[in-house]
Amino acid sequence: MTTYIIRRLLWLLPILLMVNLLTFTLFFVVNSPDDMARAQLGNKHVTDAAIAAWKAARGYDLPLLWNSEASGWSMLSQTIFWQKSVQLMLFDFGVSDAGRAIGADLAQRAWPSLWLALPSFVLGLLVNIALALLLVMFRGQWLDKLGLVITVIIMSISGLFFIIGGQYVMAKLWHWFPISGYEPDGDLWRFLLLPIVLGVIAGVGAGVRWYRSILLEEADKDFARTARAKGMSQWQVMRKHVLPNGMLPILTGVVAVLPLLFMGSLIMESFFGIPGLGSYTIDAINSQDFAIVRAMVYLGAVLYVFGLILTDIAYAWADPRVRLGDD
Amino acid sequence: MLVLWSDVVVWLLVLSLVGFGWQLKRDALARERWRLVAQSHTALASSVILLWFVLIALADSIHWRTDDPYRPVVSVLDVALGKMATGQEKSYSAPFAIESLWKETRQTEDGSVIRAPVALKYAGTHLNDASEQATDIVQQSIFWLVVGAGLAAILVMLLARLRLFKDTDIPWRTAALTLVSLSALSAWLWGMGQSYHVLGTGKVGQDVLYETLKGVRTGMLIGGLTTLLTLPFAISLGIAAGYFKGWVDDAVQYTYTTLNAVPGVLLIASAMLLAQLYLAQHAELFASEQERADVRLLLVCLVLGLTGWTGLARILRAESLKLREMEYVKAAKAFGVSDGKIIGRHLLPNVGHLVLIAVVLDFSGLVLAEAVLSYVGIGVDPTMPSWGNMINLARQELNREPVVWWNLFGAFAGMFTLVLSANLLADRIQQVFNPRATRS
Repeated sequence: MTTYIIRRLLWLLPILLMVNLLTFTLFFVVNSPDDMARAQLGNKHVTDAAIAAWKAARGYDLPLLWNSEASGWSMLSQTIFWQKSVQLMLFDFGVSDAGRAIGADLAQRAWPSLWLALPSFVLGLLVNIALALLLVMFRGQWLDKLGLVITVIIMSISGLFFIIGGQYVMAKLWHWFPISGYEPDGDLWRFLLLPIVLGVIAGVGAGVRWYRSILLEEADKDFARTARAKGMSQWQVMRKHVLPNGMLPILTGVVAVLPLLFMGSLIMESFFGIPGLGSYTIDAINSQDFAIVRAMVYLGAVLYVFGLILTDIAYAWADPRVRLGDD
Repeated sequence: MLVLWSDVVVWLLVLSLVGFGWQLKRDALARERWRLVAQSHTALASSVILLWFVLIALADSIHWRTDDPYRPVVSVLDVALGKMATGQEKSYSAPFAIESLWKETRQTEDGSVIRAPVALKYAGTHLNDASEQATDIVQQSIFWLVVGAGLAAILVMLLARLRLFKDTDIPWRTAALTLVSLSALSAWLWGMGQSYHVLGTGKVGQDVLYETLKGVRTGMLIGGLTTLLTLPFAISLGIAAGYFKGWVDDAVQYTYTTLNAVPGVLLIASAMLLAQLYLAQHAELFASEQERADVRLLLVCLVLGLTGWTGLARILRAESLKLREMEYVKAAKAFGVSDGKIIGRHLLPNVGHLVLIAVVLDFSGLVLAEAVLSYVGIGVDPTMPSWGNMINLARQELNREPVVWWNLFGAFAGMFTLVLSANLLADRIQQVFNPRATRS
């Protein structure tokens, strides 16, 4: 098991390396620091001196890969690649183009993101599985058909409508919730409840259909049929046979996305004014702060890779037939 | 005549669809399956609606230049919509209103100065008095509904005369009913649109219904072109990985895991930010704003396509791994058939249904994604009519007093109808072509 995980890590490391190279190419080679400076300072009426000063202040005035003016070790280290990309690889996020320490921002903003994303995810999962189970229990009957129609309809509505509509109706018209905002201590739940509820509603269409198809596959298998034939009630068949067997694909799917919850949700956070990583990303995109975008790309990649490893471990843990390491 | 790049793409997309339908004539099995698809009432009705959207997009894809400085480029759709396209008010007005939502200060006949709404320039101008409005709307509605339904009914009867409906398994009645109601609705919208603003007007006074209809082309193009762009990558890489295994498989898996590792929105955002920078610095390349927006639309599709092929590639890889162990493939290998021929003859035809299902599923997802991208500011050009841009504006409009909800409603109605039809058709296609698959 340990050797397997180490081997897996060694396979995943090149992916992080590649992601880093990709962002380096995109942000420093395709798009030169001069372009960045011009975009930040305004395209017209900008002097060369202003561009040089902007670059120097952010450390973008170094050569890309090889510093021929320096000597010894500095030839490698006094370059944009080393200062920005390699440091990022080692989780030194550096300073944003606007001059703030990205690492500190991330640590501070991860919590609001998590407070929103984790309850939304857990609640959504429970609701989706419960509804899917209900539909599978009444398979082929009117409840199942009605459920399928409703899920298709929900799937066909953009999440933006749920958010805009929900915010308007429940917060502005009915005053059930505050419209937006965030208070770290005290009334946290008052602010988080509406986005959580809307997130669950927006995801229920695709979610229920997905879990329904997983459970349906188990419900068609021989052991479920046998259980029904020997007189078990439908509910017991679900509880004792269908659900436990369906748990494996559900669990591995959940574990894969769990780390990514850290990234927060872009739309929710910016709509409800929650100072998490999602709104951080949107702000960075809007202000064209490439340093933050680079940091978020790398963070996302790390979390994704972490999710892949967790999936493998979850497989081995949940299904005794899977043995890691000796393939 | 002015040919935008995206016009070419739209026509090519539709032609390839027609070509796809044409080659069904030779394939008996596929024809049988499509008949099964058509036997579903919902799938058939959805197809009729989708066809209607395609026609709108096509009409909006023939452009030419005019001398009018306010509308330098027009399309067939603009001309067909008549006053809906040209009736530009000053600012907001409510659906079917004949007075503006904004107020203007003016002097009345007796000399006093008041602040009141003004009469709209292009709505209800044929009325002698505001009190006639309700009767006029009812009368006109009945007229246009009857005209629309009647025209469609005549068309259906003509088609029936041609014995087109001899295939009795297919619920032609549903198709005909959908066509008649769709036609009645369209005639009503068009007819009312000539003397009122059916969905009101937006911030700069444009007709919202017109804007919604213009959004059809953008939505269809993003869904259709992007899906098509993903196919070459997904098919070639997915099949190669599964069939050749070894280092090819490693390389392909490495590539798509890397692409997946980068958060989707950020990858698209990075690419679009760079593209925007490029477009801004090379503004001289484009003769008009519309042409620049057009190139940006294609870039959005390209970027979405470059990141969107991984899902299908993964499915095709798994399927090819299974197929290469089949006896007929092994036999072909033993006879010395070349790899290229084996892939062409044995693998490609056997993964066709997976590709088809992915295409229809991705389409609706991408139409929805456009709205989110426009919201983040990395989607289509803000000057381009699109549902995403309408939703984006609607956010502030809901905070106005009185509330301006019609932009949001227009985008909602257009998007919902298109995506729901596509989803329903996709469901049926999946049911017929791959009944055992789980849908993600």
